[in-house]
Amino acid sequence: MEKCIEVRWHGRGGQGAVTAAKFLAGTALAGGKNIQAFPEYGPERMGAPIQAFTRISSAPISIYCPVENPNIVVVLDETLLDIVEVAKGLSKDGVILINTLDDPADVRKKLGTKKGKVYTVDATSIALDTLGKPIPNTPMIGALVKVTGLVSLGDTTDYFTESFSKKFSQQILKGNVEAIKRAYKEVRGE
Amino acid sequence: MKNISKKRVVATTGNGAVAEAMKQINPDVLVAYPITPQTAIVQDFSQFVADGAVDSEYVTVESEHSSMSACIGASAAGARVMTATSSQGLALMHEMLYIAAGSRLPIIMPNVNRALSAPINIHCDHSDSMGARDTGWIQLYSENAQEAYDNTIQAVRIAENKKVLLPVMVNLDGFIISHGIEKAEFIEDRKVKSFVGERKPFLPLLDVDNPVTYGPFDGLGGYFMEHKKNQADAMERARDVILEAAEDFAKISGRKYGFFEEYLLDDAEIAIVTLNSSAGTTKHVINELRAEGLPVGLLKLRVFRPFPAKELAEALKHLKAVAVLDRALSSGFVGPLFSEVQTALFNLETRPKVINFIYGLGGRDYTLHEARKAFEELMTVAKTGKIKKTLGYLGLKEVEVLV
Repeated sequence: MEKCIEVRWHGRGGQGAVTAAKFLAGTALAGGKNIQAFPEYGPERMGAPIQAFTRISSAPISIYCPVENPNIVVVLDETLLDIVEVAKGLSKDGVILINTLDDPADVRKKLGTKKGKVYTVDATSIALDTLGKPIPNTPMIGALVKVTGLVSLGDTTDYFTESFSKKFSQQILKGNVEAIKRAYKEVRGE
Repeated sequence: MKNISKKRVVATTGNGAVAEAMKQINPDVLVAYPITPQTAIVQDFSQFVADGAVDSEYVTVESEHSSMSACIGASAAGARVMTATSSQGLALMHEMLYIAAGSRLPIIMPNVNRALSAPINIHCDHSDSMGARDTGWIQLYSENAQEAYDNTIQAVRIAENKKVLLPVMVNLDGFIISHGIEKAEFIEDRKVKSFVGERKPFLPLLDVDNPVTYGPFDGLGGYFMEHKKNQADAMERARDVILEAAEDFAKISGRKYGFFEEYLLDDAEIAIVTLNSSAGTTKHVINELRAEGLPVGLLKLRVFRPFPAKELAEALKHLKAVAVLDRALSSGFVGPLFSEVQTALFNLETRPKVINFIYGLGGRDYTLHEARKAFEELMTVAKTGKIKKTLGYLGLKEVEVLV
């Protein structure tokens, strides 16, 4: 069986976790992969904890249930660490990427797990600098691309520009691409 | 990236894929009433109308009872007609479903499977379409977005074939498929257009030179029973037409369809029979169990009405034990799909033991764990040759019951 990479996204309603899950899938599809992206279908409201999922695989994906043992966990909001067990089911060689000012070592203490590799990036500050809004999803994608190598940085920024050129102004497009690139550079591991 | 856009490989939701198929079919009339989780289909279609991408008359109505009524009127007039619904919507149009089928009107309707109240629930199960089993509609089921797209296109050819002239319902799982994004391949517009052709209505109301009556009284001295027998015969003839449409569809898509899909079934000793997205998750578990050396397989049913009893019995007869998964309840007896499968197998000289699992009601997850549990129980039945319990539940929580 070909390995299927499973990503679980944790965020709060309005932070763009679902959009990020879809965007990653779209980028991987453009690179010829098989993909799935879907949110956890609960009550969706601004600020409430939400989850979303992405699957990426070279082989066709036939599994239609939520991700239980993610290879990658992405946390868009560090306040979730106190209320959601974000490392739940994380595979042994997994990656957990968190939007925070803290060092990976400090975050690991909070997580209370020895599993996986912890990475951190200050995505909120990057978003404020580049977009003027604290929406951390695009910088988190930049950091994810760096840490996992699932897709290349060039493909990601190209796909972003292609996908959103009708929706966003040139300035916002540029800001997002800058956010992706900065997070790619600034993400820190253990 | 450039090659992909030429092949039209897209990331789409199930609803998006169905809406795309509808756009390519370009029906004369699209009747719309929103209901979760189907709404995105008619919403996308309203955009196609606004953009001038289709020529359809877009009719908005005040309920699903009216939407099916509008479909019936437009279809009898001679138009190619589509609508889409879910759950309570399908239930509300129930009496009109019989009138569509009894009047032999080839209406096409995607139904995004969702539970029925009470309690209120918007998530997937098959209570809605199972409740419409005897309405005289052809029922197709789809594992994923690709199959929902492919079935919608094939439905036109099946429904409008003069040997059939019956409405077709295309089912896909609510949220799991309707709202999940996955990879699908869309066929070129011109190929779909030529595949579905133009509707050549038989005795349309608008042919004023040859006046006809639809739906008149047909009482004791009339031919009601003969009409019904005729309608049942049309459903029988649909079997060949479904296979012919599938064969022609393979030529434009490269994708093959039949009454059902067999997955590693030939050399299996135990197997699951199921509908829609749970088949995909079951395949994944079959791959894992096969790697452990276990002889497990799957039969995923695509055509529920007409029910392919003979072919299904032939495909299952060599097995030791079969588990039928039902995402619907028939309180007071076994699940609806189980009843059909058991009936199909009954007259075989030797037949597998058959058990029934109810799963996934109201969107309860059917995970790898549930699929494994079903196979574990099957292994016990195959080994001992005995059934401890015919009907079981997968993924049920332990709760204290008050009444």
